Amino acid sequence: MNFSEVFKHSNQLCRVSPDGKYLATCVQYRLVVRDVNTLQILHLYTCLDQISQMEWSSDSLFILCAMYKRGLVQVWSLEQPDWHCKIDEGSAGLVCSRWSPDGRHILNTTEFHLRVTVWSLCTKSVSYIKYPKACQKGVDFSRDGRYMALAERRDCKDYVSVFVCDDWQLLRHFETETQDLAGVEWSPNGCVLAAWDTCLEYKLLLYSLDGRLLSTYSAYEWSLGIKSIAWSPSSQFLAVGSYDEKVRILNHITWKKITEFEHPASISNSKAVVYKEVEKRPVLGNEDLPIQQQLTMGNALFSTQSKYEICQLPVQVPVVKPDPDRANPKIGVSSMAFSPDSRYLATKNDNMPNSVWVWDMQRLRLLAVLEQVAAVRSFQWDPRRPRLALCTGNGKVYLWSPAGCVSVQVPVEGSFQVLSVSWHCSGDSLILLGKSSCVCAT
Amino acid sequence: MPESSLENKENINSSSRFAMSPSRHDTLNVPKSLSKNSYNILSAFCTEENVSQCISYINQEVSSLGFPSVCGESSGSRGLSTVAVLNTMYELLQLHRRGLRTVEDLETDQLKSNSDLEYAQLGNSRLKDQLEFSRRENSGLHERERQLQLKTKSLQNYLKNEKEEVQKLQNIIASRATQYNHDMKRKEREYTKLKERLNQLLIDKKDKKLAIEILNCVGRSDGKRSLWKTGKTEARHEGEMYKTLLNDYENRQKDLMMENAELKKVLQQMKKEMVSILSQRKHNLKGEKFEDSIEQVGSDNDEEVYDSSRETLELSCEHAREQLTNSIRQQWRRLKNHMEKLDNQASLAQMGGRVNKDLISREAHEEEMEKLALEIQECKDFIQTQQQLLQQQLSSPCDDETAALLNDCYMLEEKERLKEEWRLFDEQRKNFEKERKNFTEAAIRLGHERKAFEEDRATWLKHQFLNMTPFAERKKPHTSKSQSASSVCTEPEGKSMSTPARMGKSLTPATFATPKAAPVKMPSTADLYRTLCLIPDHSSSKTLPKIESCQDSNVMHSNEFSVKSSNSNGADDSSIFSYAEENSQT
Repeated sequence: MNFSEVFKHSNQLCRVSPDGKYLATCVQYRLVVRDVNTLQILHLYTCLDQISQMEWSSDSLFILCAMYKRGLVQVWSLEQPDWHCKIDEGSAGLVCSRWSPDGRHILNTTEFHLRVTVWSLCTKSVSYIKYPKACQKGVDFSRDGRYMALAERRDCKDYVSVFVCDDWQLLRHFETETQDLAGVEWSPNGCVLAAWDTCLEYKLLLYSLDGRLLSTYSAYEWSLGIKSIAWSPSSQFLAVGSYDEKVRILNHITWKKITEFEHPASISNSKAVVYKEVEKRPVLGNEDLPIQQQLTMGNALFSTQSKYEICQLPVQVPVVKPDPDRANPKIGVSSMAFSPDSRYLATKNDNMPNSVWVWDMQRLRLLAVLEQVAAVRSFQWDPRRPRLALCTGNGKVYLWSPAGCVSVQVPVEGSFQVLSVSWHCSGDSLILLGKSSCVCAT
Repeated sequence: MPESSLENKENINSSSRFAMSPSRHDTLNVPKSLSKNSYNILSAFCTEENVSQCISYINQEVSSLGFPSVCGESSGSRGLSTVAVLNTMYELLQLHRRGLRTVEDLETDQLKSNSDLEYAQLGNSRLKDQLEFSRRENSGLHERERQLQLKTKSLQNYLKNEKEEVQKLQNIIASRATQYNHDMKRKEREYTKLKERLNQLLIDKKDKKLAIEILNCVGRSDGKRSLWKTGKTEARHEGEMYKTLLNDYENRQKDLMMENAELKKVLQQMKKEMVSILSQRKHNLKGEKFEDSIEQVGSDNDEEVYDSSRETLELSCEHAREQLTNSIRQQWRRLKNHMEKLDNQASLAQMGGRVNKDLISREAHEEEMEKLALEIQECKDFIQTQQQLLQQQLSSPCDDETAALLNDCYMLEEKERLKEEWRLFDEQRKNFEKERKNFTEAAIRLGHERKAFEEDRATWLKHQFLNMTPFAERKKPHTSKSQSASSVCTEPEGKSMSTPARMGKSLTPATFATPKAAPVKMPSTADLYRTLCLIPDHSSSKTLPKIESCQDSNVMHSNEFSVKSSNSNGADDSSIFSYAEENSQT
């Protein structure tokens, strides 16, 4: 693995363009665009204030920089560096700004979720969408960029509006049978909309594009419910992670449960492989060593070495007991991700923060468990291959593939803590985000 | 025991005597009293004086007992016919013996019955104990049951209370929930009202800041111009939406069709295989005997169904499906029946094989089993009694001798075995000695030969030296040649040693060697110093550490490669530490 030099960034804003050619990073109020391969600076834009959000347009031609504190959005063009655009939300404030899928409209959510303002870069026109709901995932665009689903709340009832993104015309508007809608998500083929209720109730609703209710699913009652959902890229499976530390897999024909994946504290499934990260610290104070030797080892003293060991089953996974008196208890499956070929599912159970579980979707069973020394911060699948990258907030990045597991030390001067990882769309390189700097690894 | 039997006999005799011949009582008494008076000799029943009396008495007695008279009538009233006497005697003896035998039998019978009785008593007492024990247990269980009942009662009460509590809590929760919901709604309404107002304010304020500053408008990403919003566009959107939906459904249907086709194929294949299996079986059965008429009819039906289903499988209309599934179900049932039959047959065959192939009904078998069990029980009882008897006998003092005898026997055996072993050992020793003798002789011979050889060599060497060097006599040491040769051998060894650890070792033989070896050793110690100086140089050149670029990346492969790779990784990883170890050693 080769590593580039370190770049500075702020607010974890470091994004590769959708076409994979450019890398944009924000440093305070500056926006730097580089070539991904040479890492040479191509453009440098200066915004009016510290950038709190940055996003590429889908055609990689524009970059949106949002400054929430000042309610400002600035847009930069890659083709015409002189071109500029500034959108001021005024006294309504700004909490979220995003591109529409066509890359010509900007959707700004004002403070208190009063409304969503849709600004068009083509016509300078502005339109409002009222009553957006503040929830886990209130807006979702279909994968083909044609439709937008928006969760709404009016008269103490939940609604979902489906807009056509071309001209922002309302296509469907229907009430959902939820207590407190938590989120909506399109299936990758754009024909089914999954809507789930708040965590107080396990309720999942599946709507067709035309607003018909296809199915309702509830696994249990009287307990904390859904924590996260994930569609498989083939739209064949819907994985529902919940507070009972289980993932339920629904099929796309009957919308019934095919199987459920438990996250037991002791793994005795003989077919699963448990990789355990083992850290090895060099022993200090070895007086027998010549000084020269100690000096050469000095570098290694700061960074502990680690490697994976395969554990003999059964294995006890370390479990953290959640505090029952606190809201949003750290328990249950909070993040799930399907591999791009829909063959594998990676999950993380919040009360086992050090472990990532990988499930085989063909055989519907546990395939591997990665037990890290530190808590897993984030993981992401390679967009091309079944390869999972994860980080745990230390100086290493970890890769899993069906063939095995690797831990790679990031060779950077000083301390570099990898807080999140993101793949380049070609799957050839990996962006590692630290606290205030990032590294590109190929 | 024998004494008592004797007594019994006497009693019987006497009683019979008294009973049978009360008239002869006095006559019997007379000789008895006589005999008492006239001591030993006179105590006999018959004396010289009373022969005739005796004879007559005997005669009478004998005749009364139903034997032919003892006196020979022909020879005289007094005379005894020996033949008759002997006959009578013989018969009497026979009788006596028979009597004794019966007595013996009776005795054993009694013994047996005594032991039986004892055993029964023992059993009785045991049973009594058991009864007592079970009674106690019973009462204990009763007590426990009572306690448990009490406990259950209390638990039931507790449960009732808990249920009430739960009900109460549920009510509270429900009321709270409703209240909460109510509050939430109220709050939300307020919230929306506020939002509404804020919105209104924002609109009223005519926010000047709310604006977009743009250098020039950009074209749409698809290059088209935007269209006016009309009813048409709405219809178009609807159409597009339905198109995508339709597409999706079509795709899904296609997938399902494919899946269905595959499943049908599998079904067909399964059916074919089933049919082939079943038809085979039918043929077999026909070969043996004719099937039941019902089965025949069924199979005929099947044939039809196979044909019809084969045709209709492609059509996949509802009728055909029903038929197909039905036929499959039927065949499956038949197959299952067949399998079960086979199973039964197999199990029967197994059982039959054990009892020589003639089938025995289960009842007979069980009866037999019961009988056998009873027999076994009896045998066990018998064995137990025997054991008891044996123990009784063994406990009697006579067994000491037998034990000694047995011991002696063992001893004898052991002795014999030991003797045998001893003999073998002796033989071996002799052999060894012979061999040793041979060896010593050979050694002596060798020594002689060696001496001769050495002398030869010495003379030869002398000649050689005398021929080669003019002052050979002075240089040549007086030590034996063999030793010098050995020192020659050790010298190169000492030189070749370079490691300090071995140096000490190589020095010690030098001191032990001949005085001549010392000067030869001197340069080797110098070598030692040199090597000692050299080694740090070597090590310093060696310790220049190689820095590995990527020591941390440890690759692990899953499954079968795992162990291997982990090993190699371990080696790779510990490279630094292995260096360190080397250095510390040097």
